[in-house]
Amino acid sequence: MSTSTQTAAVAEAAGAKGKGRGKLSEGARAERRLGWLLCAPAVVIMIAVTAYPIGYAVYLSLQKYNLAFPNAVKFVGLSNYGAVLSSPYWWQAFKVTIIIMVVSVAIEFVLGMLLALLMYRTLLGRGTVRTSALIPYGIVTIAAAYSWQFAWTPSTGYLSALFNNSAPLSSTVSSLGVIILAEVWKTTPFVALLLLAGLSLVPEDLQKAAKVDGATAWQRFTRITLPLMKPAILVALLFRTLDAFRIFDNIYILTDGGNGTGSVSVLGYDNLFNALNLGIGSAISILIFICVAIIAVLFIKGFGTAAPGSNLLK
Amino acid sequence: MIGLTDRQARPKRSALRRVLGWPSRTRSRELIAGAMGVILVSSVLAACATSNAAGTVTLTFYDAPDTSGATQQVVNTCSAQSDGKYTISYQQLPTGSDGQREQLVRRLAAHDSSIDIMALDVTWEPEFAEAGWIQPWTGAYKQQAEAGTLVPALDTAIWQGKLVAVPDNSNTELLWYRSDLVKTPPATWTQMINDSIQLAKEGKPHLIEIQGAQYEGVTVWFNTMLASAGGSVLSPNAQQVVLGQPAITALSMMKELATSVAADPSLDVQMENDNRLAMEAGKAAFELNYPFVYPSMKTDDPALFKDFKWAPYPEVIPGKPARVTIGGTDLAVSAYSQHSSLAFQAALCLRDKASQLVSATVGGLPPTLTSLYSDPAMFADYPFHADILQALENASVRPKTPTYQIVSIDISHLVSPPVSINPVSTEKSMVGEIGNALQEKGLIP
Repeated sequence: MSTSTQTAAVAEAAGAKGKGRGKLSEGARAERRLGWLLCAPAVVIMIAVTAYPIGYAVYLSLQKYNLAFPNAVKFVGLSNYGAVLSSPYWWQAFKVTIIIMVVSVAIEFVLGMLLALLMYRTLLGRGTVRTSALIPYGIVTIAAAYSWQFAWTPSTGYLSALFNNSAPLSSTVSSLGVIILAEVWKTTPFVALLLLAGLSLVPEDLQKAAKVDGATAWQRFTRITLPLMKPAILVALLFRTLDAFRIFDNIYILTDGGNGTGSVSVLGYDNLFNALNLGIGSAISILIFICVAIIAVLFIKGFGTAAPGSNLLK
Repeated sequence: MIGLTDRQARPKRSALRRVLGWPSRTRSRELIAGAMGVILVSSVLAACATSNAAGTVTLTFYDAPDTSGATQQVVNTCSAQSDGKYTISYQQLPTGSDGQREQLVRRLAAHDSSIDIMALDVTWEPEFAEAGWIQPWTGAYKQQAEAGTLVPALDTAIWQGKLVAVPDNSNTELLWYRSDLVKTPPATWTQMINDSIQLAKEGKPHLIEIQGAQYEGVTVWFNTMLASAGGSVLSPNAQQVVLGQPAITALSMMKELATSVAADPSLDVQMENDNRLAMEAGKAAFELNYPFVYPSMKTDDPALFKDFKWAPYPEVIPGKPARVTIGGTDLAVSAYSQHSSLAFQAALCLRDKASQLVSATVGGLPPTLTSLYSDPAMFADYPFHADILQALENASVRPKTPTYQIVSIDISHLVSPPVSINPVSTEKSMVGEIGNALQEKGLIP
């Protein structure tokens, strides 16, 4: 309701300025120019620090370049990409990455929402609840991954003893489960934090009005809270999905990509640092970059008008 | 603020600051910033400045970590023996072989001049030599390196006719068995599996411990079986894949073990240490492992140690002695070292007779100098020295190619888990994948 009032007011203002959506006044243009100028130093540094390595990676991916054969470097165009996309190892890693991404983000979203609601509604020890919920996120990923690895190793681990001293890290499905568990444990607090920020934007009076009208808790949650939280949900899901696609640390420590549990990042790492194949490794990196960009675009397009800032006048 | 004099434009100090004699807040900030700048710059300069001690050169020696203290002892002895020409500094690499290679390769690809001597696994020499990262040994140094060295160990250090490293220590596997379960050790693999089946029927410990995890160890097992069956992975010029019928024989034997009652339930994830632990726990009757298990059994289980015996590696083809894959390390001099001739001399000292004796008795690593195998000083710790010498003299090497890392990964992924081997189709896949690896085509898993 408030969104449509806002849009109406904006449209009126646009009409008052005379021309249609595309024209800006002198003042608005000057403000925009100032905005760009203030951003410029950060943009320049970002380009220098990120665009150069990305450009170099593209350049490397177009060459046949193996560090162990430094004299046999030559330009081969897109054949590295052909080799990667036609390799069953890439598609296996891609499948594993998508599985981990979808399952872990889904679980994190549900648990994160519950945790956010808990942190929001808690009356006693608010600070303690919020701080202790953040501890897993504060622990260094590698340290936590080593703890998980020891816990799940038969004869040294306490978790493995709970499950009949089996070796979950030695078979594909169970090790994927362990990896997803480690991921969820680590980043649910992060999702909860982002969702908590979104929760606090939902006006309390709307909830009260709905209560008066007779809405159940579930109806209030799905009809009022969730739609108003859409921008925060988009940010949380987008960040987590992009991070989950690029998962590396947990897999590297827990299984080192063995038994078919390697993600695309692990595949890229192995081909770059084990096989010393800079051409293939860079091609894999660029493909990961493209996939991440596609995911981001899909999310923004999918969420449409709920994207933060999309309701401002252009 | 145009038009004001400098005194009027400068902000006034507060009353408190005037009383205390402190500068104004802005001035304070300027002074603090200036002081921090000076501290930062001077610390950076101090870090950049290198302390140049005139005279003694420090040579860096990159080797695997050694908890026994043997390596440090050898390093100290050689530094002392140099008469002040050089001091060797022992730099520790990561524990695992893959981690060590990663560390060295990254630095060498960046032409790091801070590496002088490196301890290389016996499979890395072709790769490092082809990339131009290690220097060939010539003249007097070459003669000293070759004198009295075991032939297969020397073979691992030769690439394209040139000696590129000097053998330091070696390693090979033996058959370890329990004499209370079998009176005479089996001579062939078939006999060993049959003995195991018989023991299983009698309800006694019957497992055959071997390394079956998806790592270098399983590649070594395959290479041993293949060489013992009379085959090899690559042609002599390392340009083509050979494999063929001997490979099918080797793979069939591996599969037979994996599908019999002799196979350990955790075979798919077992490495050398897991085999040792299973044997010490009394679950196994036979073990194919390195000599490190002997002192370990002595300390961990003296009761079992009484029946813990050794024998040569079982034959794959009856009548044809097994050719066990050789392990160990060679020492090489970096191509980017700034003290090459001193590095060569230091490396020769680090692997001379006295040093190898310390490595063997304190560190438990078999030597590469033939004469040490008849040296009485060795016998106390190496009662099996004769079997080791025999195994080393008849040893096989792993495929010599600069792309060995990829070849090894391809092999390990095809033969592990061993139950998934299908001799004919696995051999075919191996030919295809190794062929790709030799031409640097394709990805590694």
